[in-house]
This record gives sequence, C-alpha cells and structure tokens, in this order.
Amino acid sequence: MSLCAGAAGLGLGCLLVILGTLLWHGVGGLSLGVFTKMTPPPGDSGGLLNAIAGSLIMTALGVAIGAPVGIFAGTYMAEYGRKSKLTAVVRFINDILLSAPSIVVGLFVYTIMVAPRVRVSIPIPQQLVSALGSKIEFTLGGHFSGLAGAVALAVIVIPIVVRTTEDMLLLVPQELREAAAALGTPRWLVIRRVSYRAARAGIITGVLLAVARISGETAPLLFTALNNQFWSVKLNAPIASLPAVIFQYALSPYDDWQRLAWVGALIITLAVLALSISARALSVQRKAQ
Amino acid sequence: MLRFRRGDAGFSLATRLAAALVLLILGGVLVSLTIGALPVFRALGLRFLYSSSWNPVTDKFGALPAIYGTVVSSLIAMLIAVPVGIGIAVFLTETCPARLRRPIGTAVELLAGIPSIIYGIWGLFVFAPLLQRTLQPALIWSTAKVPVLSSLFAGPPYGIGILTASLVLAIMVIPFVAAVSRDVVATVPPVMKEAAYSLGCTTWEVVNEVVLPYTRVGIIGGVMLGLGRALGETMAVTFVIGNAHRIKASLLAPGTTISATIANEFTEAVGSLYTSSLFALGLILFLITFIVLAIGRYMLMRLERRYGAS
Repeated sequence: MSLCAGAAGLGLGCLLVILGTLLWHGVGGLSLGVFTKMTPPPGDSGGLLNAIAGSLIMTALGVAIGAPVGIFAGTYMAEYGRKSKLTAVVRFINDILLSAPSIVVGLFVYTIMVAPRVRVSIPIPQQLVSALGSKIEFTLGGHFSGLAGAVALAVIVIPIVVRTTEDMLLLVPQELREAAAALGTPRWLVIRRVSYRAARAGIITGVLLAVARISGETAPLLFTALNNQFWSVKLNAPIASLPAVIFQYALSPYDDWQRLAWVGALIITLAVLALSISARALSVQRKAQ
Repeated sequence: MLRFRRGDAGFSLATRLAAALVLLILGGVLVSLTIGALPVFRALGLRFLYSSSWNPVTDKFGALPAIYGTVVSSLIAMLIAVPVGIGIAVFLTETCPARLRRPIGTAVELLAGIPSIIYGIWGLFVFAPLLQRTLQPALIWSTAKVPVLSSLFAGPPYGIGILTASLVLAIMVIPFVAAVSRDVVATVPPVMKEAAYSLGCTTWEVVNEVVLPYTRVGIIGGVMLGLGRALGETMAVTFVIGNAHRIKASLLAPGTTISATIANEFTEAVGSLYTSSLFALGLILFLITFIVLAIGRYMLMRLERRYGAS
C-alpha cells in the first residue's frame, strides 16, 4: 500500500518539478516588455504581445462558436431527447471526440477552411453602419487564417461543453421541471428559466474547462492559423498564438528566443491553472449550496 | 400562445441541430481525411502501409516507421502510467487521510490540465538532458551483456528518442488514468469492502481481492482512454522524439510518430503526393485512436450499466 502512496507522491512530484522549472526559467525573462513588444527577430529584444493578442482572440472566438453549439447539443440530450436514439449515438461519438487527436482536427479544418477559396459578403445591419461600411466583404480560405484557427479550437470546445452540459442538466431534479410545467410554462421556457438556472454553475464550469483546454492547444493551430511574426489581429490572415510561438522559439537555436519560449510557457501554464482552479472553485460552490 | 409554441419548436429544432452537428463533425473529419488520403493510396497502394522508406524528394512514402513509433512509445508509456495511475487512484480512495484527499486529487487533476506543449518544452530542455546524463548511460552500461536488452538499449545516449518520448507521455497520461480509475474505484459498494474488512482482510487484500476484480472492466476502459490520448498526443512527443523516419531496435534511437510527422512536415509539404501521404497518416491515426477509444468507452458503459442496475 505504501507503493500507492509513492505513486501519488510521484504524481505530485511531477507537478511540482514542472511548475518549479517553469518558474525557474520563465520568471527571469518576465518583464513589462513581454506584454508590450512584438516577437523579435533573433538577437533582438522583444516580447510576446502579438502572440498573446492572437491567442486571446482565437480562444475567445473559439469559445464563442463552440460553447453555444455545445450547450444546445447538451440541452437536446438532457431535455428533449433524453431517451432518443440520437442521444445515445451522440453521447458515444462525443465521448470519443473528447479524446480524439487534436492534430487531426487541424487537418480537418485545413481541408474545409484553408484549402478552398470562398467569396463572402455580409451586409451590416442598419443600426451598426458606421466606420465599418455598409457590408463586410472578404475572401475566405485559400490561405491560413485566424478564423480557421478559431474554428479548429471550437471543434475541440464542443465535446467538452456537450459533456458537462448534459451531465449538469441531468442532475437538475425532475420535480423542478414538473412544477414549472404545471404552471403552464412551455417546454423551452422551462429549460431556459428553470433548468439552465439550476445548472448554471456547472455549465459555466464546463465552459471554463474548455477555455483552459484550448488556450494551450498547439497542434490544431499549426495548419490553420499558422503563425505571424508581426502585429496582426485580422481574422482573415495568419495570426500569431502563444503555443505556436513557443513551438517555433523553443526549437530554435537562439538563446533569446528560447528564453521567450519559457516565458510564454509560464504565462500559458499560469493562465490554464488559474482557469482550472476557478472552474473547480465554482463547482465546489455549487455543491455547497 | 402561438408565440410560445413557435418558440418551443424553434428551440427544440436548434438543440436537435446542434446535437446532429456533433455527428457531422465526426463524419466531416472522416470524409476529409479519406479524400485527402486517396491520392497516395491510389499511387502507392497498400505498400504505403508497410513500406519503411520516407523520402519526399523521390516521392517515396511509407507509414511504417511512424506507426511503429506511435505504437511503441504509447505502449511503453502505458506500461509505466497504468500501475502508477491505478496506484494513485487506490491511494486516494482507500488509504489517503481524508484531509489530504481533496488537495491531492485536485493536484492530480491540475496536472492533467497542463497543456501538452509545456510537457514538450520541459521534456526537451530539462528531462532529455537529465536522461542523457543519468538513466540512459546507466541502461546502456547495465544491459551491455544481456542478449536481448543490449540491443534494446544500444547506441549513444542522445537524450531525445523513443524512450524519452515514452517517459514524457507516461507523465502526461498518469493523471488521466488516475482520474478515470479513481471514479471507477469509487463505484465499489462500501458494503463489499466492509464485508471483506470484517473477515479480517488487510487493506491490500481488500484492494486486490475485492476492489480491483469488481472494477476490472472499468479500469481497462480507463486505460484504453489513456492509450487513446497517448496515441494521438502531438506536441509533447514532437519535441523529444527526434523525428527520424527509421525503425531501430534500440529505444534510445530517435524515431517519429504519426502526429509528430504531421506537425513537423505538413506546412512544408510540397507536391500533392507528400500532402496526401500526411493526410493518410492522419487517417490511420484517427482510425487507430477511434477503435481504442470506442473499446474504452464501451467498457466504461458496461460498468455504468451494471452500476446503475445494482
């Protein structure tokens, strides 16, 4: 049995060693410049501003696309189609997608969004017409783009959110729904006003976990968003991201690039840990209620 | 009233479409990979699967080294991760003092959440040099006179290589196996354990004779899920495996995996056959992980059904 304790010690030890080395290598390079300057050419000083901005944009957009889809799908599985065949199949497939190799997602999004070219024109609603012009016109695809990166991240978000949403909605006591229905509330209002409210903390936890997962994802971005040495927040062009910059800089032979890679790794890890811990705190709060 | 009914129909349809989208994603992945992989299978046939030469300049592509590296590194990783992961799970559920249970459980889960690129950079700059100086020379020296092992640990200690990749993978998969196994072990009815304890069993006997047999299916399921993770893992492996399209008996030699090959070469691939062969590798990887994950899920579902019924 002491072997089991030893195993737990090994697990804890790994966490401590990894965090320790990250702090050791990362903190030294941490400065204001990291957050205000662009990624430098080798031998020059610089920061990670464009990579941080790119990561934030793609993560936000990825969640904005993926989370609603995931929540809706989870709602179907727990509310409308609780016993349907579709639910059983989706649950099985979703659990597999949850662990599917993320690099394959990159290949998939490359095929649908980077390889083909499409001309898109979206009219802007009357109320919003201003500096933006009357419509947005752009060509999609044919090249790497931030949007493709965001879609790839969304594909990873969906299974995580589906899983937690379904689990959390299934925990909502059936009596609550029945009480609401007895008052004559239509089904969709029961779901929105009762089920969602009861399961809110759990659903938010799922979304936070999904954010934590994609903020460190590298493989799906390599062939979708690619990378960008310069400041760019255009969704229709290659865009930098922290993981991609870490990948490029860590494998480079230049000392200052490697130092920046460590700083980037430290930033990502701290962000991911903060997200996971707050997600956990939220679910503890729910249990306490 | 009509407004309500329309709202209901619309909302219900939206949720149903979202659920169908999950299936569509899976279908899309399969179709896009298959279409991408077609040219290389048309040009090289099944030779692509068992050929071990990889030379983009002469349009020679063989998937065997990558498949070999993927399978071998994942299997070695599981060999280490399974006992340790189950050990952690048993420790957390059986012998851990109640006060430490939550903090240690949380720490293990946090370890599972660290992005793989962090393991990669850590493996490349910290772990690989450490192995190069300590474990690898020790292995070479101690196995030099043993017939089979000596070829397994032959050659210079590069630091990076299949063994290093396996160890990094093991560290990554341990928390995952531990988390799933803990949930599975927690499903053992307390009555069964208490009955065994009342017969005078030691903790070890309870774990070995009651807990593990009762949860066998679930733990195997969890292990399969961990294996699925390890097979598809990209970034951590890409940093430390060495990226050489060769099959060497020695575990210390650099090799490659399917995901590392795709990550390294996809954006640089010129020519349709080169790109297509990378898609074919992706398809192979997806099919392997799909089967492994499906088996794992199925086993966990069987456990859930039994647990739900009893």
